[in-house]
Amino acid sequence: MSSRMGTQWSCSVLLEAVDVTEYRKTANDALLLGGVRFSSRLLTGTGKFASRELIAPMLAASGSEMITVALRRVDPKAGEQDILRYIPPSVQVLPNTSGARTAEEAVRIARIAREAGCGDFIKIEVITDNRYLLPDNAETLKATELLAKEGFIVLPYMMPDITVSKQLHDAGAAAVMPLGSPIGSNRGLEMKAMIKRIIESSKLPVVVDAGIGRPSQAAEAMELGADAVLVNTAIATSSDPVMAGKAFALAVQAGRLARLAQLAEEQEYAQASSPLTGFLR
Amino acid sequence: MPDCRYFLFTMQIILNGQPVDTADQTLRELIAEQGFVPDAIVAEVNFELIKKEHWQQHVLQDGDTVELLSFVGGG
Repeated sequence: MSSRMGTQWSCSVLLEAVDVTEYRKTANDALLLGGVRFSSRLLTGTGKFASRELIAPMLAASGSEMITVALRRVDPKAGEQDILRYIPPSVQVLPNTSGARTAEEAVRIARIAREAGCGDFIKIEVITDNRYLLPDNAETLKATELLAKEGFIVLPYMMPDITVSKQLHDAGAAAVMPLGSPIGSNRGLEMKAMIKRIIESSKLPVVVDAGIGRPSQAAEAMELGADAVLVNTAIATSSDPVMAGKAFALAVQAGRLARLAQLAEEQEYAQASSPLTGFLR
Repeated sequence: MPDCRYFLFTMQIILNGQPVDTADQTLRELIAEQGFVPDAIVAEVNFELIKKEHWQQHVLQDGDTVELLSFVGGG
């Protein structure tokens, strides 16, 4: 390397210069959700971990600054169930309204979560379809409107639909969270075309939630222009959730940088990378 | 065996969806008697959240719907 670059010294200067460029591009690239800044664009979840003790090291390895939790009835025989004590205080807790089948139930859960001290963030999840766990957009919109009026920072999980995305904006949502594919399915961006259109038209941050099963799919969502992704199952159910968290974080960063770098469009035919003149023949 | 006072003071509430006979007067007594870990619990009585500092004063009534909830893992 030093033979081509001159000295080791100039090489390190060059590397520094690269870092500075990177820094300039990304320093002001925070994710803003409801006026709160996040430097990580990977949101994670606390579901399905074999051991809750893995959550904190996963958060440390992935740099994720926001993680979802659910609210459920307690069974005293099951012992200590409170997941909050496994989440470091520096990480924003994002309660979800899972289990809600109507807007009213979602509102009730959101109020309880806030009263319990989880802050103003709420992920709306209203589901009546038990097979595919697809969200009910109409009820989600209703819940968003009610909760935004009460000062919540509302992140609605939604079926990708441009019109609903606009309505959620008008209802006061802080972001929209279209699903990539059914929850826990690891099927990736089945909804890619619709998500792309939402990204193009949305005034709100777009967080692709659900179904992302591999880091490459997370990178794909970020390259597409998603502002963030939420990954739970793929990290939690891997054999090494800490390493998987890191892998997803790197993929999200790579996808984000690729988006900012504005990659060239696909071409139908080959475009030579080397000059097509001056051949030695 | 419960004596006559048991029948005098006992009442039925709905606890997490299940009918429960109890002689407990307050929410705090109920939570302790039923074996819940108070630190990890959020309590709702008749759809109204009762803050922890009010558990002691909150007197239960026959027919109350009590939900004892906790944050669990979820996406």
